[in-house]
Amino acid sequence: MNHDAYPDDYIRQILSDVKTIAMVGASPVNVRPSHFVFKYLAQRGYDMIPVNPGQVGKNLLGKPFVASLADIGRPVDMIDIFRNSDHIMPVVDEALKLVPLPKVIWMQLGGRDDAAAAKAEAAGLKVVMNRCPKIEYGRLSSEISWMGVNSRTLSSKRAPVPTQGMRLSLNRMSVGGGETAASDRAAKNKNEPS
Amino acid sequence: MTDRLPGFATLAVHAGAQPDPTTGARATPIYQTTSFVFNDADHAASLFGLQAFGNIYTRIGNPTNAVLEERVAALEGGTAALAVASGHAAQLVVLQQLLTPGDEIVAARKLYGGSMNQFTHAFKSFGWNVAWADPDDIGSFERAVTPRTRAIFIESIANPAGSITDIEAISAVARKAGVPLIVDNTLATPYLIRPIDHGADIVVHSLTKFLGGHGNSLGGIIVDAGTFDWSKDNKYPMLSEPRPEYHGIKIQETFGNFAFAIACRVLGLRDLGPALSPFNAFLILTGIETLPLRMQKHCENARAVAEFLSGHSAVASVSYAGLAGDKYNNLARKYAPKGAGAVFTFSLKGGYDAGVNLVSNLKLFSHLANVGDTRSLVIHPASTTHSQLDDAAKIQSGAGPDVVRLSVGIEDKEDLIADLQQALSTS
Ligand SMILES: Cc1ncc(COP(=O)(O)O)c(C=O)c1O
Repeated sequence: MNHDAYPDDYIRQILSDVKTIAMVGASPVNVRPSHFVFKYLAQRGYDMIPVNPGQVGKNLLGKPFVASLADIGRPVDMIDIFRNSDHIMPVVDEALKLVPLPKVIWMQLGGRDDAAAAKAEAAGLKVVMNRCPKIEYGRLSSEISWMGVNSRTLSSKRAPVPTQGMRLSLNRMSVGGGETAASDRAAKNKNEPS
Repeated sequence: MTDRLPGFATLAVHAGAQPDPTTGARATPIYQTTSFVFNDADHAASLFGLQAFGNIYTRIGNPTNAVLEERVAALEGGTAALAVASGHAAQLVVLQQLLTPGDEIVAARKLYGGSMNQFTHAFKSFGWNVAWADPDDIGSFERAVTPRTRAIFIESIANPAGSITDIEAISAVARKAGVPLIVDNTLATPYLIRPIDHGADIVVHSLTKFLGGHGNSLGGIIVDAGTFDWSKDNKYPMLSEPRPEYHGIKIQETFGNFAFAIACRVLGLRDLGPALSPFNAFLILTGIETLPLRMQKHCENARAVAEFLSGHSAVASVSYAGLAGDKYNNLARKYAPKGAGAVFTFSLKGGYDAGVNLVSNLKLFSHLANVGDTRSLVIHPASTTHSQLDDAAKIQSGAGPDVVRLSVGIEDKEDLIADLQQALSTS
């Protein structure tokens, strides 16, 4: 997988297929991005599990924190890693010990570890790096459009008014082969010394 | 798994718009409301903290305006956009995110006179300084860059003379300097030129002109290309540092490749206040649906009028980049192969007086200070839009005393030529 630019279909399929998501680094502080991404994904009907060893004994929106992936005790489809790039590898190593294996490793916006990604892909997992699942879900459902974001999708169908726990259709027509030329260029610029 | 790419005309009609969730209305409704009810206290707090998708108050965002924003972002190939009250407001909001007192921008000397005014006088009182460079001499941009430079600003097709700017060459200067390139794409529209494809990091428009296209609504827009890394050094604290007004969130960290558009909304528009009326957004959206058709006709007519003028004995010269042999024809072929736009200048052998006479003898062209209307427009820049500049600056920006500017409309071109013919013969 080219991790600089994902086709919409790749992201769409992941977000449509997964049901259970463990979020490593979920914060109980309601102004942290991990908190509101957790809350949004729960509102969109995902079964969310907060993982944070410093918060065991507390709840996040009614879900008890667990200390580690191994403590979850039931199958998980996707691990959403809300940690800096330097702390990703140990989480991926831990994820690859789970039985059954998760299907997807997702590294949050700003997070990228190509070696960890290669390891997970070699074990048959799908990997997304440096993206936010809330932004991608909002984009593919067009729910994000209220703030002027280019969803890069079109639809002539009437959209539902979202209610609590409702999964939205991500089945809109994509504009472009996934990423815009602009974000391809940004990724390229980043990898080239300027 | 390859997605099919919809074309420009499809995006011009559809991008951002969807049948209304509650009524099924197919045209985009005008949400003529100041504010939006919250579901409960928690929802309100989430919206204010930038944690949830949704509307609060029309100064910050409005569903009609959001359709316009997504449409222009899609047409320009950007990640997000923010609509504001005018083109000038767009420039103000963009620079407020990038500059602190004592910082500088490098701007092309060939710009709309009002922009030169805004940069020279209004922004000076904020402590924002401008260094002018010559778009015909790329080295002059490089020489103007200093450690306080925070952006480079150019027009893709420059007002008034319709000259074409070498966007790629200037984008290379911006990259080397580590600053974003801002391109005012008003006169080209994304139908003729997409500056992001050529290295622009931010695109601004006066929607008042060809995008709205009917001379009925002021508006402006800012498009984020999603290409600039705002956190690389400490030059752009609005984007890279924790924001106290939003519980310490960092805008780039939270919003990724559309962080600039969000900063413009939640820091710029929210605090400076130049919001676009939803009614204007509706009129501009309706205009954009026919943008490809109108631009084709504008360019076809402009070319015919320019050819007619260059053969007329009273005319000293025509500056239209679409004409073979024009100084900017090579750049026009590269950047605007579909047409060199519809705003250009020509000069009269009879000088200032002949210009004034021509303007008063025209019967179909309207004498007014605007461009990009369905109607054909004429003005004498030296006595109006560029009158604040001194003589040297007037000539440098292409608005010398003998120069007349046209914005060619979408009427029958034979009628436009006949009007110019009669006015030139009575001048
Ligand atoms: C190229 C260009 N940029 C910006 C503006 C300013 O736009 P507005 O009048 O919408 O503020 C104009 C207006 O003439 C223009 O021609």
